[in-house]
Parts: sequence; structure tokens; C-alpha cells
Amino acid sequence: MTTTGERPVGFGRMTRKEDARFVRGHGTYVDDVRLPGMLYGAVLRSPLAHARIVSVDTSAAEAHPKVRAVITGETLAGLGLAWMPTLSYDTQAVLATDKVRFQGQEVAFVVAEDRYAARDALELIDVEYDPLPPVVDARRALDPGAPVIRDDKEGRTDNHVFDWEAGDRAATDEVFARADVVVGQDMLYPRVHPAPLETCGTVADMDAVTGKLTVWSTTQAPHAHRTLYAMVAGLPEHKIRVISPDIGGGFGNKVGIYPGYVCAVVGSIVTGKPVKWVEDRSENLMSTSFARDYHMPGEMAASRDGRILGVRVKVLADHGAFNSTAQPTKYPAGFFHIFTGSYDIEAAHCEVTGVYTNKAPGGVAYACSFRVTEAVYLVERMVDVLAAELGTDPAELRMRNLLRPEQFPYRNKTGWEYDSGDYPRALRLAMDLAHYEELRREQAERRERGELMGIGVSFFTEAVGAGPRKHMDILGLGMADGAELRVHPTGKAVLRISVQTQGQGHETTFAQIVAEELGIPPEDIDVVHGDTDQTPFGLGTYGSRSTPVSGAAAALVARKVRERARLVASAMLEVSPDDLEWEKGRWFVTGDPDQGRTMAEIALAAHSTLELPEGVEGHLDASCVYNPPNLTFPFGAYICVADVDAGTGQVKVRRFVAVDDCGTRINPMIVEGQVHGGLADGLGMALMQVIAFDEDGNCLGGSFMDYLLPTAVECPSWELGETVTPSPHHPIGAKGVGESATVGSPAAVVNAVVDALRPLGVRHVDMPLTPAAVWRAARGQPFRSDLAIT
Amino acid sequence: MQITVTVNGERYTRGVEPRLLLVHFLRDDLGLTGTHWGCDTSNCGVCAVWLDGAPVKSCTVLAVMADGHEVRTVEGLAHGAELDPVQQGFVACHGLQCGFCTPGMMMTARWLLDHDPDPSEEDIREAVSGQLCRCTGYENIVRSIRWAAEHGGAARPAEEDAGREEVRT
Repeated sequence: MTTTGERPVGFGRMTRKEDARFVRGHGTYVDDVRLPGMLYGAVLRSPLAHARIVSVDTSAAEAHPKVRAVITGETLAGLGLAWMPTLSYDTQAVLATDKVRFQGQEVAFVVAEDRYAARDALELIDVEYDPLPPVVDARRALDPGAPVIRDDKEGRTDNHVFDWEAGDRAATDEVFARADVVVGQDMLYPRVHPAPLETCGTVADMDAVTGKLTVWSTTQAPHAHRTLYAMVAGLPEHKIRVISPDIGGGFGNKVGIYPGYVCAVVGSIVTGKPVKWVEDRSENLMSTSFARDYHMPGEMAASRDGRILGVRVKVLADHGAFNSTAQPTKYPAGFFHIFTGSYDIEAAHCEVTGVYTNKAPGGVAYACSFRVTEAVYLVERMVDVLAAELGTDPAELRMRNLLRPEQFPYRNKTGWEYDSGDYPRALRLAMDLAHYEELRREQAERRERGELMGIGVSFFTEAVGAGPRKHMDILGLGMADGAELRVHPTGKAVLRISVQTQGQGHETTFAQIVAEELGIPPEDIDVVHGDTDQTPFGLGTYGSRSTPVSGAAAALVARKVRERARLVASAMLEVSPDDLEWEKGRWFVTGDPDQGRTMAEIALAAHSTLELPEGVEGHLDASCVYNPPNLTFPFGAYICVADVDAGTGQVKVRRFVAVDDCGTRINPMIVEGQVHGGLADGLGMALMQVIAFDEDGNCLGGSFMDYLLPTAVECPSWELGETVTPSPHHPIGAKGVGESATVGSPAAVVNAVVDALRPLGVRHVDMPLTPAAVWRAARGQPFRSDLAIT
Repeated sequence: MQITVTVNGERYTRGVEPRLLLVHFLRDDLGLTGTHWGCDTSNCGVCAVWLDGAPVKSCTVLAVMADGHEVRTVEGLAHGAELDPVQQGFVACHGLQCGFCTPGMMMTARWLLDHDPDPSEEDIREAVSGQLCRCTGYENIVRSIRWAAEHGGAARPAEEDAGREEVRT
């Protein structure tokens, strides 16, 4: 039970401060914002995946009595806004001018008096297209003669985006050459979509008198958006205010800037009125940032006695029509090169080739921790393939190869320095919670009876908290985050942070961090976020970075305040600051604990007429910027138990045990909630979610009728365990947890299903493991679920 | 056309287009933005409200179909200043994260408990299976509804409210 009667002054379980408004229906999401005179925008989208635009006739739409403006690519080209930079130094069409490059691409924008009229007017726009052959299968994108998607780029003759590699190729080849056993498995991590229940949208309000643009937007990174608006539109940054109000889930879907946002801004400038644009579900699924789409032929080398020696892979990455992935500049494949996982591997090498296809742009989203998700899936599937080859129990094989506690800090073979961990302890705990040996006995009995029961294990190492600014940036903006803390005269406080909650509970957790440092109850600390006019600069919430980066900033700024309080207390008590000691909530005189002052007393004195020593400013307020020295590396061990119906191929996940180690837990209730959500995500991806395409490039996952998400019925009751290994370099030892379960769980589910199918000779099945996919795999006739191409 | 709808006990008369969806009527015409919109296809259930005492997905009900009928939304769930046990349960058990699915989930939960004061975990999962949550993995939603059942959440005349454990928010 997660209820709690006592409210901690600091870390511990407590109910959330933000819930009071949410359970009353008083949240304020972007679509709840309503301004006087507000108009509504709607986007006309391409029905074709690849076509040249011959003409766009907007005259009938403009004649609609409720239409105030129709904006086309041509309109934007006149303003120099037809194309915008992406977060990966590519360009993306705001509204198409020359060609459309994916089904659902933005072609025109209508501004009308209400949302229904705006939709009506879309029907009145006549676009003539000249269809072109699309590139749908990434494996064909680099074929000689493949249609060139990005012919907007001068001199471009192919669909190549980048080549990137990490690790040591020669050393890896050498290890593979001498290994007793080499296994290979081609696997696909199909395209999926984060699908937050709130779609993306914005309300843009340009004040013609003051020249100030206010944008309420579904953004996980309000400060980054403001800077980009300034760079793209040439607006002065101090005249832009981005407000990210309550956000109905993000999962990486709300990191980037979408054409609709820019169109709403232009619409407001053109009409002089606030303009609201909120996409519908199909628009969300078909045009905003997808995730994954990694084709991964993995190989693993090992000794006969089960020592993993090397791992390598040559990834083909489908980036869609524009390279708009959101990730640190140095890393075009994100942090995929952490694909050595949790094991003491001698050598590793990966290559990633990115290609354009006629699909929606994006790529880094859906709680993927900059593609650690793909990396963990690859290595955890390969370990199971190896275990099957060796005839070894997969848990035992992992235990034999896991990094040992004494190896930390551990530098892996592609350059990451893992901060801390006790991996065998986490796996042992997961096995104990699952009663692993008993499960194996039950499985043996069921197999005797012809039943298909599987047990899947995965172990993951996450890499979160990006990141050290000299290595990590988004479009040149270093990934450090600020915090400001003000303590009012009566001892109440307001903390201003740069990150933005989309449900993670920052208003509670961050108050608890300050509470822990200052001894002020969390109820007395207001957390302000999601408004660029009111908060310090920072790169926002994604990649599980809020606690590792901004949480550290919150702790450090509170410590600054504490030190300021010490100087004031020393004046109050007429002793040297060196003679004061801290206990939570008060400074007292060493050796005389009765002589002390609480934070509230000190705060009042700091604002009073009390004479302060030379050089000591009044008040207690402070600010800081936290530049992380390294990433943090949460980890965990997951065990999934699944039953497969041999007749229908239907998978039922019976049990799921998850042991997570995210370092210090600020609010265990919230941490557990984060894990629950990620486990459901992973189960959904493993069993049902895929954004597929047909041979014409039509998106086959454009609604919740087609893009299936798990409900309460498919999800088991999650069984959680925990170990706590604090991060040695983080001020409070916290590592971040938002994406751990999404990263770690898909492999456990797939491993369980493949384990169930082993008696039928199945070694691998690509996600999603729909009944059809499982049924076909069981009969030796696997198919690709991401492409409806015969 | 003109319609009169009773929402949370209050009568509203408005002129609407025949095609106007109930969810937009509630949100845009009445300003009751606690009911959300999420998918258009009746799959996600963030728009769930009561129509004449039973949950419906208001994205697939026309406002004119509610003419002369009674609607209850999340704004009508609390009893004055006091939260309904379902609302208390969602707070107590961390049954919400981003809060977007929460109003719809709670309306279904309230209906479930009105009809089954002691639902099993399986009953609860079945009851909310027409609604999606992307944050909680459903675990704490199930616990929240069980909490409500165990804390006076069943059929509830107001006088029974006294003595219930209060959850601070």
C-alpha cells in the first residue's frame, strides 16, 4: 500500500502536491487555455508519401466566411520560414513547397473562428500532386537508383544521412576470430510511437503592441524551444515567453518543435489574434516523433564455457524524411554504443548507418534514453540467443558475465564510465522474488504436457542525466540546468527549475529535495516550472535527466542557501560561522545545542534590520547551474513469465518481476509509479505496438483502432523490488528512473515468449509479438510486422 | 439548434451546431475542461463522462443527443469541498501521473463502485479496460479504486461521510 499518513520533511513517501488540481479536473493543459478573441488553426496534410506539389489553390478556403487566414509553403517562403532547422542540424519543411516526403506531412495551415470551421476549410484547399515512387523499406533506401527523397539539398544523389561507429573494430574482429562460439541474430526494433494521451498543440499569442510572443505549448523543453524560436524566426529572445502548462504525458514526443507550432505563431502574427492549434490523434501518430526503427544484425562471441567475449552490430537506422532526432550533437545514434550492456566484455564494435525514407521524421523518443533502449534490447536478446546455443540457463549465463561490484567505476569498451552498481545482487533479488528455480520446474512440467510457458530475463544498464556540457549539447546548447531558490521572510520557499514535468511529479519531488537540504516541510516549498519568464535556463525533461541534472541543481542551490543561512545565524547568535553545526532545519552552536536558530527564524532575520557582518548580503536567495561531471547509470533485473496459446499465438504475460536500482529514492511512491508505467510501455512495444506502412508508404498505425496500446487487462500486477546503489558523483546519489523500465522490459517479454516457443525450434521473433506473429513464427514462417509488402 | 443539458446538477441552454461533439460542448461552450479529448475513435476514454447515470465516451456523443438529459463530469464528482472517495483513492495510491486520463478513469470507477461496492482486482481491470493510461501501467489505478471501495466508496449518502479517513492533498 502506498498511502502514507506521515509527511516526510525530505525524502520519503508522500502523496503528490499536484494531485489536488488534477483529481478535481482543474489541471490546465494547452487545450484548456482560452484567450479573448482566440482563433483556431488546422493543418492540411499530404495524403501521399512522396509526390511533387504541382499547385496549391486556397481561394475557396479563403472565401469561407469563418476563415481568417490560409498559410501555405509559399507564404512561409516569403517570410524565410518554409524550412526550419531540426535538432540534428538537418532541415525540415514547415509547410511543403517543392515536394511532400511522407504521408501526413504539413502542406497548408488554416486559421478560422472555430475548430470545426478550420477543419471545414481544409476540405476546400485543392492541392495537385504528381506522385513519385516512395522509399518505404529502409533496406532499399541506399539502392542505386532509389528515389532521392532530399533533393531539396543541393547535389544530393542518395538517401544517406550518416555513418557512425564506436568501439574497436580490429580488437573485436580478433576476439570473434578466436572465440569458440559465435552467434548471430538479425533483429528489428520496429517503429513505434510514444502516443501520450494528450496530443501536441500550442496557443500562440503575438502582442502587436509590445512585440511579445507568448506561446503555451506541449513542450518538454520550454527554454530550448524559446531559443530555437528566436533563432528560427529572428525574434528577440527576451520578447518570447514559452509556457509549458500541465502536460498530458510526453515520453519524448514533446521534445521537438513541430511545424504546427510554427504555423500557429505565424497565424497569430498574420491575424493579430491568439491562435490555438491542437492536433488530432491521427496527426499525432502519423506526423510527430516516432521512436526506434533500428534494424540490428547482432553478433556475439563467447567461449564454450559461457564467457562473453565480444559483441558487434551493423545497424541500419530509419530516420524518416527529415533527420530531426533530438540527441546530443556528437552522437547521431544517441547512446546506442552502450550496447555492451551490463557485461564484462573484452571487445565491441558498432556501426550505425542512418537513411532517409518516406516516413515521418523523429527517432529519439518514447522513453528511450537516447537509444539505450535499442542497445539493451540488442544485447539482451543476443545473450538469450547465446544461452540457447550453449544450452545454458539465461539467468545463469548473465550471472556469470555481469560486471562485479569491485569493477566500478567501470569503463566499458566503447568509452562509457559506469558510475556504480552491484549487478549480481539485483539479479539474485529478482530471481528470488520470482522464485526462479520453481518457475523452471513448473515450465518443465508444463512442457511435458505440451503447454508453452516461457521465462524471460533481462538485465539493463541505463545511461541518463545528459550531460556533461563539454560532450553534450542540443544544437549547440550545453545540457546543464539552472535552479533558483528564494526563501521568503517567514521561511516559506519557492524553487524555480528549468525542467518540466509531464507527470513525473516534480512539484513534489523537487520540494522534497529542498526539504531534505533545508529542513523546511515540502508543503512550504512551491516549485515553479514550465515558464521561461519565471525559471532559469535549462534543457528540459527527457532522457531521464530531471533528477540527475536538475535535481542536483536543486540540492546544490539549497546548500548555497544553507550556507547563507549559516552566516546570518552566526550574526544572530554572535558566534563565528565555524562554531555552528547543522541539523536538519537549524544551525546551532557546537557544544551548546540549545543555542540555535531555525530556518524560519534565520529567514526572518535575513530580511530584518539585523546588522550583518561585513560582506554578508541580506536575504537567503541563491541560484546555481549544474553541469554534470558524468552521466548516471541506473540498472535493473527483470523477469517475465508468459504463457503462449499454441492454437492462437496469443501471449499472456502472467507475471513480471522488476528490480530497479536508481540510486537514492527521493519519493519511493513516485519511483514505483515511474517503473509501473515503463513496464506497461515495454509490454506494449513487445506485444502490440508498431507503426507499419504499406508499399505506397501509407501509414497503417494512424489511429488507436490500428495502433494498439496495452490496457489494464493485458498488464499483469507488476511485482517490484529494489536495491539502492547511490551515484558517487551526484549530490544526493540519485540516478534517475523515468525510462529504466521502458529500456529494460521489452527484452524480458520477448525473451519469455521465445523461451516459450523453444520446444518448437523458434530462436527469435521480432516485435510486436501479436498473435499472428507468434502463430507464424511457431510454424517457421516469420514475417515483418512493420511492412505490409508482399 | 438550441439544447438544454443538465450538467452536474446545473441546467445549461445553448445554441449549438448539430454536429458538435459533447466533449467540445462541455469544454468549449461550458468551460468544463476537466473532461479531456484524446483520440476521436472511442479508444482512449479520457473523455468519459456520465450520461443519465452511465459512463459514455463524450467524443462519440453529439451534444444534441444530450438535450434534455443529465451529464456528470469530473467537476461534479466531489461533494462540495470534500473529495469523493474515488478522488481520495487516486491521491492516496498515486493513481495518476500526468492526470490526463484521470477524470475519465475516476468517472468509470465511481460508476463501478455504485454498482459493485466490493470489486475484485479483475473486476476493476475489466471495468477500466476501455480506457487508456500511458503513465501508471494501471497498477496504482487498480489500487486507487480498491482503496476507495475500502474507504466508504460504495453507495454513499452524504451522512455516511463522517469519520472517513481524510487524505491530504
